[in-house]
Amino acid sequence: MAKGKPPKIKQAFSWTRLKNQSLNVIGNPFNIIVLFSLILLFCLIVIPLLTMIGTTFTVAKAELRNISGANIGDFTLFYWKYLLASPLTNAILWEPLLHSLLIGAFVTLISVPLGALLAWLMVRTDIPGKKLLGMLIIIPYMIPSWCKALSWLAVFRNSTSGSLGLLTGLGVNIPDWLAYGPFAIICVMSLHYYAFSYIMVSGSLRSINSELEEMGEIQGANKVQILKSITLPLVLPAILSAAIMTISKSIGSYGVAANLGNRISYYVLATRMKEFINDSPKGVGYAMSILMILLASGTIFANQKLVGVRKSYATIGGKGTRSNLMHIGRAKYVLLVLIAVFLFAAMVMPTFVLVMESFQIYTGGGYGLSNLSLYAWIGTLDTAPLESYAYNGIFRNTEFMRALLNTVKLSLIASVITAFCGQFFGYISTRGRGKWYGKLTEQLVFIPYLMPGVAFSAIYFAMFSQPRLGGIIPSLYGTFMLILLTSIVKHFPFASRSGSANMMQINVELEEAADIAGASFWRRIRSIVIPLAKNGFISGFMLVFISIAKELDLIAILMTPANYTLSFLAFEYSKSLMPQCADAIAIVILLFILVCYRIANLFGADIGKSWG
Amino acid sequence: MSKIELQHIDKYYGDNHVLRDVNLTIADGDFMTLLGPSGCGKTTTLRVISGLEKPQNGIMLMDGKVMVDAKEAFYEAPSKRNLNLVFQSYALWPHMTAYENVAFGLKIKRLSRKEIEERVMSALQKMRIEEYRDRYPNELSGGQQQRVAIARAIATSPKLLLLDEPLSNLDARLRIDMRAELKRLHRETGTTIIYVTHDQVEALTMSTKIALFKEGEIAQVGTPLDLYTNPIDLEAADFIGNPRINFIEGTAFYDGNEMRVLSELGEYHFVKERIKEEEEFPKNTEFPCVLGIRPEMVEIEGENSGRKHSIEATVYASQPAGSETLITLTVGKEELLAIEIGLNEYDINQKVFVVLHPSRMNVYNKETGRLIKFASSKRIKPAG
Repeated sequence: MAKGKPPKIKQAFSWTRLKNQSLNVIGNPFNIIVLFSLILLFCLIVIPLLTMIGTTFTVAKAELRNISGANIGDFTLFYWKYLLASPLTNAILWEPLLHSLLIGAFVTLISVPLGALLAWLMVRTDIPGKKLLGMLIIIPYMIPSWCKALSWLAVFRNSTSGSLGLLTGLGVNIPDWLAYGPFAIICVMSLHYYAFSYIMVSGSLRSINSELEEMGEIQGANKVQILKSITLPLVLPAILSAAIMTISKSIGSYGVAANLGNRISYYVLATRMKEFINDSPKGVGYAMSILMILLASGTIFANQKLVGVRKSYATIGGKGTRSNLMHIGRAKYVLLVLIAVFLFAAMVMPTFVLVMESFQIYTGGGYGLSNLSLYAWIGTLDTAPLESYAYNGIFRNTEFMRALLNTVKLSLIASVITAFCGQFFGYISTRGRGKWYGKLTEQLVFIPYLMPGVAFSAIYFAMFSQPRLGGIIPSLYGTFMLILLTSIVKHFPFASRSGSANMMQINVELEEAADIAGASFWRRIRSIVIPLAKNGFISGFMLVFISIAKELDLIAILMTPANYTLSFLAFEYSKSLMPQCADAIAIVILLFILVCYRIANLFGADIGKSWG
Repeated sequence: MSKIELQHIDKYYGDNHVLRDVNLTIADGDFMTLLGPSGCGKTTTLRVISGLEKPQNGIMLMDGKVMVDAKEAFYEAPSKRNLNLVFQSYALWPHMTAYENVAFGLKIKRLSRKEIEERVMSALQKMRIEEYRDRYPNELSGGQQQRVAIARAIATSPKLLLLDEPLSNLDARLRIDMRAELKRLHRETGTTIIYVTHDQVEALTMSTKIALFKEGEIAQVGTPLDLYTNPIDLEAADFIGNPRINFIEGTAFYDGNEMRVLSELGEYHFVKERIKEEEEFPKNTEFPCVLGIRPEMVEIEGENSGRKHSIEATVYASQPAGSETLITLTVGKEELLAIEIGLNEYDINQKVFVVLHPSRMNVYNKETGRLIKFASSKRIKPAG
C-alpha cells in the first residue's frame, strides 16, 4: 500500500453533513463511553497530581507564621527550600534518601540472583519435588510484606520494643541492629521480592525453546558454557527488568520500613514523608512524594527504555513448549536440601513463630502449656492473664470487628468498581488500538503505576483534605470515601491491564458479526462481550480484591481510627506492648488471602500477574 | 437480490491510502470475486460495502438507495444494509452452540420462536450440518465451523452475501468441496455474492465476474474467461493462471494496419481488429514488447508435422504429475513452459517441435506493461 497524505478536500459547508457527523459521534455509545472514561481519568489522575504539585508551591494556613507577610494561597518556594536547601535538608532528605537507595540496592542484589537461580532450578533442571516447591516458593509473594515484618519481630524482638521475641526469650542477646533497622528491612524485603524475580525469570525461561540449548550441546558446549552463553543472555532482559522493578518497589515501600525502622528512628523516604504529611509542614511531605514519584517512575521508564526493546527476543522460539531438562546429577539433592532449608528458615519457621506467639501469654516465654492461652483470639480484659494487656482478644474486640468490616467493605466495593472500570478501559484501549483515544486511555491509566503507594495516597490527601470546587466536593479527610477512591484509582493500571488481556482474547470480528446481525452496542456488550469476558473479569476482580485486602502502604496516610482496616490495625497493635493481637490479625489476613488465591485460581487467575 | 454501485471510493488509514478511487458495479445475482495479493485493498472494499469501515470519499448505492455518501458524512448502519458477512476467522461466538450462533441474528429481528427454529434448521440443512446443532464451535472441525459460519450468514436471507477469504483456513481437499458448496448455494439462493480471495483458482472456478485489485485500485473487471485470456497488464497476467504464463521478449512494429512481432519464436503478424489502438504505444516505429503465451497453448509434437507456426525446441526438464505433465522447453535463448494432460514421458535434451497459436497470444507494451493485443477466447481445435 502506497503512502500518501490524504488530500485536503475543501468541503462546502453543509448542514446535512454536520448533522450526520454529529449523529455519527453521538449515536455511537462507544464514543460516549470513551469520552466519559477520558474525563474520569483526567479528573481522578491528572488533576489530583497537578493539584499536589501546585500545593507544594502554595502557602498553606499552617505556615502563615513561618513565612512573614504571606497570605494563604500565595506562591512560595518555602517548602522546596525547606526540603532541598535548609539546615534540615541533611536529616530530612539526604539521609532518608540514602537509606532508601541503600535498601533498594541491597534488596535487589540479594533477591534478584536468588529468584533467578530458583527459577532456573525449577524450570530447567531435573530437581525433584517441583510441584510442591514451585508452590511454596511463590507463597511469600502472596503474604503481605508487613506480615513478614511482624514475623521478623516475633523472632528477633528485643527489650527495645518492650515485649521480647523468640530468641531473646531463649536467652540469646539480640542487638538492635539485628532486630531493627536496615539489616532487618533488607532481609524482610528480600524474602518478599525474590518471588517477584522468580516469577519474571521463570516466565522468560519457560518461553525459551530448549532446542536453542540443545543446539549448543550439539556444537560441543558443556553445561556451564551453555548456561553462560545461551541461557543467561536470553533471560538477561527479564533479569534486568526484575532488578529495576525491585529497586523501584523497595524504594517506594512503606510498611516494612515503618515496622522495622521507626522504633529506632531509622527513616527512609517513605516513612519520613508520612511524618511530614501527618504533621507539618505538609507541603514538604508533598514535595518529598513528588521526589519519590520521580525516582520510581524514572526507574520504570529506564526499564522500558533499556529492556523494553530488547525484551522481545526473550520470547523467540516461544512455540517450543517441549523442553528437555538439564540433568544436574547428584547436585540436585544438595540443592533440594538447600532450598528446603531456605524455605524453612524464610517461611515456615517465621510463620510458625508468628502463629505460636499469638497464643503466648509472655512473648518470648517459650511454648510451655502454662504460657499458652487463647487470650489474643477470644479473651476479654476481665480475664486477662496480664495487667499490661490493653485490649480484648480480637474476636471480642470491637475495633477488630470494625476493622474487619471496613476491610471487607473496602475490598469488596473497591475491587468490584476497579475490575469493572478495568474491563472498560481494557475494552477502550484494545478496540482503540492505534487510535488516539486508545493510546491516551492506556497512558492515563498507567500513571498510578509509576507511583509508590504512599506517594499516591499523598496526592489524594493533598487533593481532598480540603473542600474543592468551592465546596461542591467537601473535604473527604477521614472518610471511607477517600480511602475507597484512592484504592480504586491506584489499582486502575492493574485492573485495566487484566481487562486488556481479557478483551484481546475477544476477536473484534465476533462483535462485528453481531453488528451485522443487527445487535446494538449494548446488546453486543451484553450478549457477546460479557459472556466471553466473564472468567477473565472474575480472576481480575479476585486479584484486585486480594491486593486491596492486604494493602497497607496505600492507606497508611489516610487512616483515621474509624476507618482502620485490618492491615493498619495490625500495624498499630504491633507498636503496642501486646503484639499477640497484631499477630492474630496477621494470621487472619494470611488465611483470608490464601483462601482468596485458591478461589481466584479456580477462575484461572495467575498469581504471577498480581502485584505484591 | 441487489445491485451494488461503488463510486469514487477512497479509504485512508492515517496516511495510508488503502483504496484509491474505486469504482465498481456489481449486478444483481452476480458472484463477484475481489481478487488480488494480500494488502491490495480487497478486504477493505468488502468492509466498506458491509459498513464496518467508513470511506473518506465516495458514494455507495444498493439498488439505487444511498448507503454511503461520504460528502454528507452519511453511513448507513451495517445491520440496515440487508447483507451478511462470513469472516475469514469465521467469528463464531464460542459461548453459543451452532444453533444459537445461527439463531442470534433472527432473535435480534424478533422473529417468533417457531420461525426462528424453521429458518435455523433450514440454513443448517442447506449446509448439511443439522446434526451438529447443539455443539459448541470448539467441538466442531474447521470445515464444520465454516459451514456454521455460512449458515449463520444465510439464515437471515440477506440480499447480499459477503465472504472474506472463507476457504483459506481449510485444507486443500475441504477447499474443493466447499467451492462446490458455495457455487451451489449461489445457484440455489440467487443471492448476490461478493467474495474476497487471493487464490486465483477460487476466483476462476466460482465467480461470474472478477475484479482484480492492484495496490488499492481496480486493475481490471471482467468474467473469469476475460481475465484469463486477456489480462490487462503483465502483473495481472503473471498473477492469474497456474502454471504461470510464459513471457517472451521481442520487438513490435505497428503501421496502423498490422502488427509485426519479432522474437526468438519467429515472426508473427496480428490484424488490426485485435489491436488495442487506444492503448499507448509507438506507431510506425519499432518498440520492445512482451509476448504472453499460456502453457496450455504450447502444443508439443514429436516430429515436424508441417503445421503453421511450428518451431523446433529442446526439452529442458519434464515433470509428470499424474493428471498432467509440465514440460520446460528452450527455444533459442528463451524458456517456454508447456502443460499437457496425462502422463507423457520426455527425455532431457530431446528435440521436439512446438506449435504455437498466434491468435491466443497476448502482446504487451514492455514500457508500460499494458496489453496491446487481445487474444481470441475461441476454442482452439486440438491437433490431429
